[in-house]
Amino acid sequence: MSNTRIFGSNRVEKGLLQRLVGLNWLIIGIICFLAATGITMLYSVAGGDMEPWASRHAMRFGFALVLMLIIAVTDIRYWMALAYPAWIAGLVLLILVDVIGDVGMGGQRWLDIGFMRIQPSELMKIAVVMALARYYHAMTFVQSRRLPALLMPLILIIVPAALVIRQPDFGTGLTIIAGGVIIMFLAGLPAWLFAVGGVSITAAIPIVWQTMKEYQKNRVLTFLNPESDPLGAGYQIMQSKIALGSGGMTGKGFLDGTQSHLNFLPEMKTDFIFTVLVEEFGLIGALTVLLLYGSVLMYGLLIGIGCRNQFGRLMASGLAMTLFFYILINVGMVMGLMPVVGVPLPLISYGGSAMLTWAIAYGLILSVATHRHVTLAPKGSGLA
Amino acid sequence: MLAGLQGLALATLGGRLYYLTVVNGEKYRLRADSNRTSMTLIVPERGEFTDRNGVKIAINQPDLTVFMVPEQAGDISATLTKLARILRLDQRGLRKVRRQIQQQRKFLPVTVAQGLDWNTFSRVNVEMPDLPGVITDAGLSRYYPHGRNFAHIVGYLASPSEDEVARNRIYRLPGFKVGRQGLERQLEDELRGTAGTRRVEVNAVGREIRELPPRQDAARGHDVQLTIDLRLQEFALEQLKEEAAGAVMVDLETGELLALASAPTFDPNEFTRGISQENYDGLLNDPRKPLLNKCTSGQYPPGSTVKMLVALAALEQGVITPKTEFYCNGKHKLGQNTFHCWKKRGHGKLDLLGGISNSCDVYFYEIAEKLDIDMIADMARRFGLGEFFDLGIGSGGAGLVPDRRWKRDFRQQPWHLGETLNVAIGQGAMLATPLQLAIMTARLATGRKMLPALVKHSVKTRPDSFEQLAVNPLHLRTVRRGMEMVMEARGTAHDFRRKTSAIKQAGKTGTAQVRRITQDQRDAGLLNNSEKPWRTRDHALFVGYAPAENPRVAVSILVQHGGGGASTAAPIGRALLDKALELLPSVESRNGSEALAANNSEPILGAGATSDE
Repeated sequence: MSNTRIFGSNRVEKGLLQRLVGLNWLIIGIICFLAATGITMLYSVAGGDMEPWASRHAMRFGFALVLMLIIAVTDIRYWMALAYPAWIAGLVLLILVDVIGDVGMGGQRWLDIGFMRIQPSELMKIAVVMALARYYHAMTFVQSRRLPALLMPLILIIVPAALVIRQPDFGTGLTIIAGGVIIMFLAGLPAWLFAVGGVSITAAIPIVWQTMKEYQKNRVLTFLNPESDPLGAGYQIMQSKIALGSGGMTGKGFLDGTQSHLNFLPEMKTDFIFTVLVEEFGLIGALTVLLLYGSVLMYGLLIGIGCRNQFGRLMASGLAMTLFFYILINVGMVMGLMPVVGVPLPLISYGGSAMLTWAIAYGLILSVATHRHVTLAPKGSGLA
Repeated sequence: MLAGLQGLALATLGGRLYYLTVVNGEKYRLRADSNRTSMTLIVPERGEFTDRNGVKIAINQPDLTVFMVPEQAGDISATLTKLARILRLDQRGLRKVRRQIQQQRKFLPVTVAQGLDWNTFSRVNVEMPDLPGVITDAGLSRYYPHGRNFAHIVGYLASPSEDEVARNRIYRLPGFKVGRQGLERQLEDELRGTAGTRRVEVNAVGREIRELPPRQDAARGHDVQLTIDLRLQEFALEQLKEEAAGAVMVDLETGELLALASAPTFDPNEFTRGISQENYDGLLNDPRKPLLNKCTSGQYPPGSTVKMLVALAALEQGVITPKTEFYCNGKHKLGQNTFHCWKKRGHGKLDLLGGISNSCDVYFYEIAEKLDIDMIADMARRFGLGEFFDLGIGSGGAGLVPDRRWKRDFRQQPWHLGETLNVAIGQGAMLATPLQLAIMTARLATGRKMLPALVKHSVKTRPDSFEQLAVNPLHLRTVRRGMEMVMEARGTAHDFRRKTSAIKQAGKTGTAQVRRITQDQRDAGLLNNSEKPWRTRDHALFVGYAPAENPRVAVSILVQHGGGGASTAAPIGRALLDKALELLPSVESRNGSEALAANNSEPILGAGATSDE
């Protein structure tokens, strides 16, 4: 397995098995634990039954875990080479969804590819981070600060984000933008740029408001005042808060959540699964899960910081932050800190797309970790 | 830096969680509980009414009912149409339901149909899934088996008002009725009972999952036993026929009312079911006022039935003795005015007993001229006139005993002697209810301060605790003798058909003018009562007790615009007294106990023997 000549590395490449063994298995263990939590909660939501959700969730996680490990041990130069093609592929899929996608949950989000339905917007989150990391990798610090160099990143971010928001999936759109902006920040762009960006976004709010669908507007409005409409749009947040709060310090006990088992909670198995968890396991269970997520993603950031190549540095940090936004938005949403935007809690919520996103994103982070000492040619991969 | 951001965000989430679960946990726990559990009231069974012998007169009977809660019905008219098909409701029934839906608050159940048979009831239950907001209830509803006999006493139930719904949530239960009139209303709190509760766990769509302990069973309301004897009450109403009339009968041992009949009567079941507007208007517009309890709320001039009291006042004041005689030539002059006796030709020479038994008006004009009105009024009050006897049925009048003070306070005028003469024959401003007249008679018969009672358990005063009236027993004996003579051969209430072997009764007739008779009318010749329009005919009255010696029961009869007391009221009174003595435990057996005999009859009999000669 001596590929030193091909990769042009100054280090002796490790073998596949060595790379696999060299992964941080504590972190992978935590990820498995979180997924197991998801299986447990879905078991509870089904009223104490593996069917119909928990067993499928377990199978999906098995598939995702293998995928994550494969990505983790795959050479990072393949991923760098795939950055732009992935972005283009993602864009094509988004357009396809727009044209032929199934209509579900009030918007076109899914693409049925036979054995599973995929959400291109989820894949796009990763592709945008990859493409931006690839873009800044090829640049010096000085080059990146030039104004014309701003154009490409903005295109990379705004085009897919706009398509996603159009679907309409406001939450994911925002996550894409946030992920992109993080990379630009990490790439070392001057702070005033972000200030200008912030102001122009504020100015754009009224325009965005115009283009939003009625249900999105309602969600924002009820987020601002959930009690205004307890039986209508505010119902979800109210019931979620009641469930959370009634869990107390230690929760009502496994399978004893009344709010969930009596169907007061909406979207229990997907977006509001964290609520079920808090109702049954209380503050202690909730903080445990949050700390585990935090440590996994903090580790992702540390990988980024410790990476010696720009692509890996930017990609690991960007993906860690993207995953973090997931959790932030979902948990913030069920607690009434954010509008109900329909973002699942990865690993725990039922659903394939979020699981797939996590597997790919964290697989890439682990790949960065595996190749943190690899130096990459500025103009692309050593494959070129 | 990003790590710091992450940490901060996580800390925020954690802090928010802490706030929700620990700081506000209790509040949310309560809300989760109220989310999941629903308190259901268990309807208590309403207390029942019985008569003095335990015959049921207000009961709860199984009733299959269909309700609809408009708020939950969605498309109300579609649901109603479906229901109407199953229940075979006609257009009129539907209109009634629609009207009720319009009038009531939307969360209150509306009765669509009640008294259903099992078949129809089951069909509604089977189709329930297609009938949103429809509730079926196999509950109990009020029924009055002898409704018309007790309508004025027991009253009836009706759907609770807005106020009542706000006060007690039990009234929100489908079909729950509240006492609206009579004892049903006055004893509502005792009759209603206490609702039980059961907690059930419900899911988000309100379906019951299971019952949670503890369950608190409903406490049945208290039963009420009346003092009325159904047989006597029924008999009295039969005797009153369709007249506007009242009959009261008092047990002289206890003061318990054995009959309190007001005619015409009505069917309280109609009210409890929800009376139709036409029938209700019919009752309201009937000039005989079927809804009025004439025994307690009707106030009439007592006519000659007060003459005993006038005689007692005169005897007490020493104005006359039983032997004092006056001459009646048919009229009596007082200044410019002429007062007439009911007998135009006059009675000739009469003593007191003759005056009473012939009901000679002139005799009492003579007495009245020597008496002060306040003395008559004082005597009248001792016998219960002018006093409100609260039977607990929520209505009743106190009548009126006029005196100087009343005249001054209410008419701002001094008293005239002429008015005393009018009061002396029970006319003028004097008013009494049939209940008061019955109590007056009871007091005359026993010499004790009898008080009426309508409900068995509320009898606090036992017979021996009725205090002796502050009236000379010798005078009482004299007056009683007069009342006996009323029923004898030359008395006003003598019944020629009556068998001599029948138990001796004592009584007094009364005929009260409704309109003042002018001199012109008198000159033109008085019309016979039956020739006059109904509204201007005289009221017929009778008071009496029996047996004359050792009295057991007292009655008062009033027939509004019934004509003469002797011809209309006295036969009813006599029949009622006979009926009572026939039905009640025999006098002989009661004599064995010598309760009343020792107190009343013997000493007075002994004294009366001399005074009567």
